[in-house]
Amino acid sequence: MIAEIGQLALILALCLAVVQAASLLIGAWRLDRALMSMGRTAAVLQAAFIAIAFAALGTAYVTSDFSIALVAEHSNSAQPLLYRIGATWGSHEGSMILWVFILAVYGAAIALAGGSLRESLKARVLAVQGVVGAAFLGFLLLTSNPFLRLTPAPFDGAELNPVLQDPGLVFHPPVLYLGYVGLSIAFSFGVAALIEGRVDANWARWVRPWVLAAWIFLTIGITMGSVWSYYTLGWGGWWFWDPVENASLMPWLLATALLHSCLVLEKRGALISWTILLSILAFSMSMVGTFLVRSGVLTSVHAFAVDPKRGVYILAMIAVMTGLALGLFAWRAPRFRTGALFTAVSKEYAITLNNLFLAAATATVFLGTFYPVFVDALHGDKISVGPPYFNATFAPIFMLLFVLVSVGPMLNWKRDSLAPLLARLAWPALAALVAVLGAILIFGIGHVMAALGFALGAWLIVGAGAVLARRWRPAERGGVWGRIHATPLAIFGLALAHAGLGVTTLGITAMAGWQSNAVIAMTPGQSLTLAGKSVTLNGLRGIEGPNYEAAQARFAIDTLAGPRVLISERRFYPDSQTTTTEAGINVGVLGNVYISIGDRAANGGLVVRLWNHPLVNFIWGGAFMMAFGGMVSLADRRLRVAVVKRARTPVPVPAPLEPATA
Amino acid sequence: MKRLIAPFLAVLALAGPALAVLPSEQLSNPKLEARARKIGAELRCLVCQNETIDESEAPLAGDLRVLLRQRLLAGDSDQQAIAYIVARYGHFVLLKPPFEADTLILWLGPFLVLVLGGLGVAAMTRTRATPDMQPPPSLTPEEEAALARRLEADRVS
Amino acid sequence: MRRLIFLAPLLLLAVVVAGFALGLRRDPSLLPSTLIGKPLPRFSLPPVDPKAPGLATADMIGGGPRLLNVFGSWCVSCRYEHPVLMALKSQGVAIDGLDWRDTRADATRFLAAEGNPYERIGDDEAGHAVIDLGVAAAPETFVVDRQGRVRYKQVGPITPEVWTATIAPLMARLKSE
Repeated sequence: MIAEIGQLALILALCLAVVQAASLLIGAWRLDRALMSMGRTAAVLQAAFIAIAFAALGTAYVTSDFSIALVAEHSNSAQPLLYRIGATWGSHEGSMILWVFILAVYGAAIALAGGSLRESLKARVLAVQGVVGAAFLGFLLLTSNPFLRLTPAPFDGAELNPVLQDPGLVFHPPVLYLGYVGLSIAFSFGVAALIEGRVDANWARWVRPWVLAAWIFLTIGITMGSVWSYYTLGWGGWWFWDPVENASLMPWLLATALLHSCLVLEKRGALISWTILLSILAFSMSMVGTFLVRSGVLTSVHAFAVDPKRGVYILAMIAVMTGLALGLFAWRAPRFRTGALFTAVSKEYAITLNNLFLAAATATVFLGTFYPVFVDALHGDKISVGPPYFNATFAPIFMLLFVLVSVGPMLNWKRDSLAPLLARLAWPALAALVAVLGAILIFGIGHVMAALGFALGAWLIVGAGAVLARRWRPAERGGVWGRIHATPLAIFGLALAHAGLGVTTLGITAMAGWQSNAVIAMTPGQSLTLAGKSVTLNGLRGIEGPNYEAAQARFAIDTLAGPRVLISERRFYPDSQTTTTEAGINVGVLGNVYISIGDRAANGGLVVRLWNHPLVNFIWGGAFMMAFGGMVSLADRRLRVAVVKRARTPVPVPAPLEPATA
Repeated sequence: MKRLIAPFLAVLALAGPALAVLPSEQLSNPKLEARARKIGAELRCLVCQNETIDESEAPLAGDLRVLLRQRLLAGDSDQQAIAYIVARYGHFVLLKPPFEADTLILWLGPFLVLVLGGLGVAAMTRTRATPDMQPPPSLTPEEEAALARRLEADRVS
Repeated sequence: MRRLIFLAPLLLLAVVVAGFALGLRRDPSLLPSTLIGKPLPRFSLPPVDPKAPGLATADMIGGGPRLLNVFGSWCVSCRYEHPVLMALKSQGVAIDGLDWRDTRADATRFLAAEGNPYERIGDDEAGHAVIDLGVAAAPETFVVDRQGRVRYKQVGPITPEVWTATIAPLMARLKSE
């Protein structure tokens, strides 16, 4: 019964999406308020029905209803509740339902948000959102129906891949999708602006919070993925340039560019075409990412079971939706008046350069990820592109960009001059110089690249502080405290985010330069020293978990904070016949010690792999700082035209109408 | 059958730590072992996607690690050892794509985008920079008010 | 000129979509062999069954096109392929086997239970022969002509469809060479 309800709900949602799109497009064209109101209602109802379908699937998993094929494939009765819930989006079909759900909720949020958004613009935004929703719902129903029955229903299901049975993995997809799919709002706004034929500050003021929200979720989601792969997959690595990782990075890069571009558009009315183009491309990259993971065009450890038929459908969606959007762009965008003037030394120019670098970085990742596909399609030749390529191309572009990051906020709008700019950058430059010289003095000339990395980190962190200091320097009465109090939250957000970037840079540099490891066969009582820390194997025993059996090794390690115990397990899941390794990690501010056991060695000892990971937590700490900075910015009342907290059912929030204090 | 094998192998791959090199495989000569590790980090494991042979626990990866060390022990240079493996498994085994006619766009693309884009931005700025960026002559209060009204209306285009 | 710049993203999209569309028809996990057109690498392997002869490169040269099938008793796809090989043997196709990463006991048991389609079997205990052949997984099958050159490599099991569509015509052509 539940499956049928879910199925029906999805079909109804599809119909509503079509109604939504049609009524709003026609309503906006004819300025028919009744039609537009109907469209908004359709948007809310669409979200409600997909919620029903999503709840139906979730219930089926929680109650272990194995008559539904999907549940039987990804869950069994021995599976803990958390992973039965997580399995709801652990499959291709389930993740697509999550996708359309979030898409509809974002749409409903716009429909319910009050405030100063022009009714015709809002209508067109929702119309585009409806078209996107209809396309994905069609995809879901035609090729990836989650509610297909399995007859006869098996007695028990196959368990979820043991590697995915981790709390982090339960939350990683929803957070990531809130980011990916959130960019659809920007897409809808961009296309709506093209249909309307006008882009103004009102538009930019409306788009920015949504892009910021999506960007925050995407940042957190990508970081969660990195942390998860670090401690769960036992790789001890944090980024692999795997195609699916790249698929999440590309929208993030474009969303970052879009964020800054919106700022220029809102404050100065410049970079209009750039902003529209970025808003179209960011979500298009999300769709390309979806295509990559589900079509089988590239193999990846992250990919879902592949199906070229689904790939064809998604490719068609991309071709039509992005094609129409870019076609509109080619037709209408040239008519937009060129924006306000600015000179070469100005904040606008810096942000233009910022866009350029981010676009080049995105192009690099795109090339590296998809070049094998193109070469294969043209020549039948198989080449592979791995980390060495990205280190040679992406890293230099980003390092140049990082230099720019501290320069931009120190520039004035429209017109500035070089000498005062350099004076403002004195402290960050000094910090960078001290860092590079200090690193060379302490670690030797052989580590020049790492020294430069530390310099970049110092440049970014002190640069962020300098932005605040520039605002707080008491130039007039009122004193420092008054000026701090008057600083808009958005500036604090900026400082936090840019400083976070610096912190991440420090972490990456330390890991690239000073990571070390050892692999030996150990017997109980044996000790091993790595990077000045001594690790002793204390004991080895067999244990049993809810759905696995494991060999568990206990290690004693001497850290700065005193002796600690680390546990590493080698688990075997009988249901799926898979083996996984749980690593033992000692987390410290200055770095982690990472232990991972293998099987028995030839001489009877236990294979033990030990790593020293200096400053690795800075990588994620910095990323979370960036996300936090974004949240602080979002809290700025000047930005909050209408922020709706994402809830199970959308709740309307009246928008505080603040006069523009640009 | 293929549907089962790929995820099975993928999980096998996922199960492995970043260093699947076994103690028994390591060479006693630390210089040679260091070279083997460096080369190993640049060779792709062919059965498990997106892992180096050093990272992968697949048996084939183990065979290749042992083979690599044998070649180094036999006196091969880094290039010769890599060439030996490429001769048997093709270019796909290299994580760093070769720099040849086929891959020109791949290697030059990023910098081409940067350069072309940079030129575009520079051109755009030049057309924007008006020659008279000097402060305009001061306006009368009425002209000032009219200008402000005009600008406001212009902003909402 | 300005219009052209605005058209560029759409044109780029067209190229990318075309590339993806072509790419969808390819299987990214199928790796081409570096040996096509080259002579079979030299190997000389002991037998699995001590009473039977082993397999050396020389045994595969002359006498018409042959198949060299790399297999193992542990390999699931090989079991899937095995009946096809038995059928081919009964049709008179010459097949030699290369046993990979197997103990002699396991291999003997496998062949006793499932049948033996091979004229000769080599036991690659050291694992060198498969590396020289560029084998990544089992089963893989090489089509070797009468001069001992590799003409085709089948990655994965030989299905009846693959036989009829690709390998049988090739072998017929090679017979008349």
